[in-house]
Amino acid sequence: MRESIIMKIHYGTALGAVALVTIHILFRMTQNFSESLQYQNVIANYHLLPYALMLEVVLILLSVHGFNGLRVILLELKQGIVYEKLINYGSIGAMAALIAYGSRTILMAGMGMS
Amino acid sequence: MTERMSNREGLKGMANPTRYGLERVAYWLQRLSGLGLLAYLIGHIYETSSIVNGKIAWDKMLELTQTTQGHLILTLVIGMCVYHTANGIRVMLGQGGIGVGKPGQPEYPYKAASLNYKQRLCIWVSIALAALAMMYGMAVLFGD
Amino acid sequence: MAVETISKTPEVSLPISSDSITLRISRFNPKNDLSPIFAEFKVPIQKWTTVLEAILFVKQNLDHSVAVRYSCRQASCGSCGMRINGKPALACYTKISELNSNIVTVEPMHNFPIIRDLAVDFKQMFANHKKMKPYIIREDSEIASDTKEFLQTPEDVEKYLQFSYCIKCGLCNSACPTMATDESFIGPQGLAQAYRYVADNRDDGKKERLKIIDQSHGIWRCHFAGSCSHVCPKGVDPAMAIQLLRGYLLGFRK
Repeated sequence: MRESIIMKIHYGTALGAVALVTIHILFRMTQNFSESLQYQNVIANYHLLPYALMLEVVLILLSVHGFNGLRVILLELKQGIVYEKLINYGSIGAMAALIAYGSRTILMAGMGMS
Repeated sequence: MTERMSNREGLKGMANPTRYGLERVAYWLQRLSGLGLLAYLIGHIYETSSIVNGKIAWDKMLELTQTTQGHLILTLVIGMCVYHTANGIRVMLGQGGIGVGKPGQPEYPYKAASLNYKQRLCIWVSIALAALAMMYGMAVLFGD
Repeated sequence: MAVETISKTPEVSLPISSDSITLRISRFNPKNDLSPIFAEFKVPIQKWTTVLEAILFVKQNLDHSVAVRYSCRQASCGSCGMRINGKPALACYTKISELNSNIVTVEPMHNFPIIRDLAVDFKQMFANHKKMKPYIIREDSEIASDTKEFLQTPEDVEKYLQFSYCIKCGLCNSACPTMATDESFIGPQGLAQAYRYVADNRDDGKKERLKIIDQSHGIWRCHFAGSCSHVCPKGVDPAMAIQLLRGYLLGFRK
């Protein structure tokens, strides 16, 4: 993939994440902070389909943005064909792993499997 | 030996925010906050995954995170998030050519038009917003 | 880094001056030495003495073996770039009095291989510059008999003029945080020159150059730290050039 496409994705995910994380934080502020962290309130959030979908989107956006940023930093630190391939595929792997693990939480909590 | 021969400054040089003005400090803070936020994201995903193990597991996780240290870390995360966002938007616009000045005839003392007061103002605003957010965050976290 | 103190005072008679500074010069011969050392010299100065003059004083009177590159002595050739008290600057363009210090440390520029002492190798920088195709690319030519000269308005010229003032001194590459670790990065000098030609309305090579810089170690490894523009002695402002160039890739400019 051309670097300009990757960076456009990086910027797009950043802007998307800013908007959705703001909503995520505002949701926390609809209740008293410690109340909002109570088990039943958190589970109730996961049961709201639009909110759960939003969390999923935030997870994807932030994983992509975060690991791409890390990829950029690591590529600048050291160069070489093998190393760069490792970093590129490693970043994609890490992204996928984090998204998978987070999605598991959202799915299981949303479907009441706890 | 090769490193010495190439005379690269290395990580020490990349990570050194001094010598080159506010914009270099902003770059350094952007990198630092980005790495910090990534670490927090991974921690947060792990932390919230305990909800699938039931109320007891969730409450145990809360015991770990709803502490003074936990709140201080969260305050730091709030600051990093706000700074990274605000400065990131400045950098994004700058990288598109917005707010970097117009080419012209350089006149002594050759002050760079791209390092203008608008850029510096945005950096200070980012830092100020982060500080404000941290103060608000502390008020919420410790005021509860 | 080891510090070797050579206390040397001049033997020749000099113009009356009450001021002197300690000039610390980094000495390193990759063929013989394991690591650089500093040699210290007491140098008399006057109000307008430049760092280059101080180094040449040392070379003339105290230690002939100091290796330094210089030429025009008027910030036109870009030969005397070095680190002065930690910051990349032209030695001929930096007055000792500006530094506000009795101890002046000169070292070779970072991110360039050292040939000896203060002289560094510019091969990589010139190679990166060449990669940018630093010439007007167009099908027709001014010198063919049936064509006229290419006309440009003053406004057209102003769009690229400041970037054409680059003297290839390498200070920007030395200051760049990405260049500190990324050996494959093109560097602010090359990227600024790419924009110099893209912005020139006589040039038709925009697509070609954008393709060259749209690589993983191309324009995208610049993060607008601005250190390059901070140190540029000619007002080229490479940071501006790079962001304007990136505007084409991001779709902000056509």
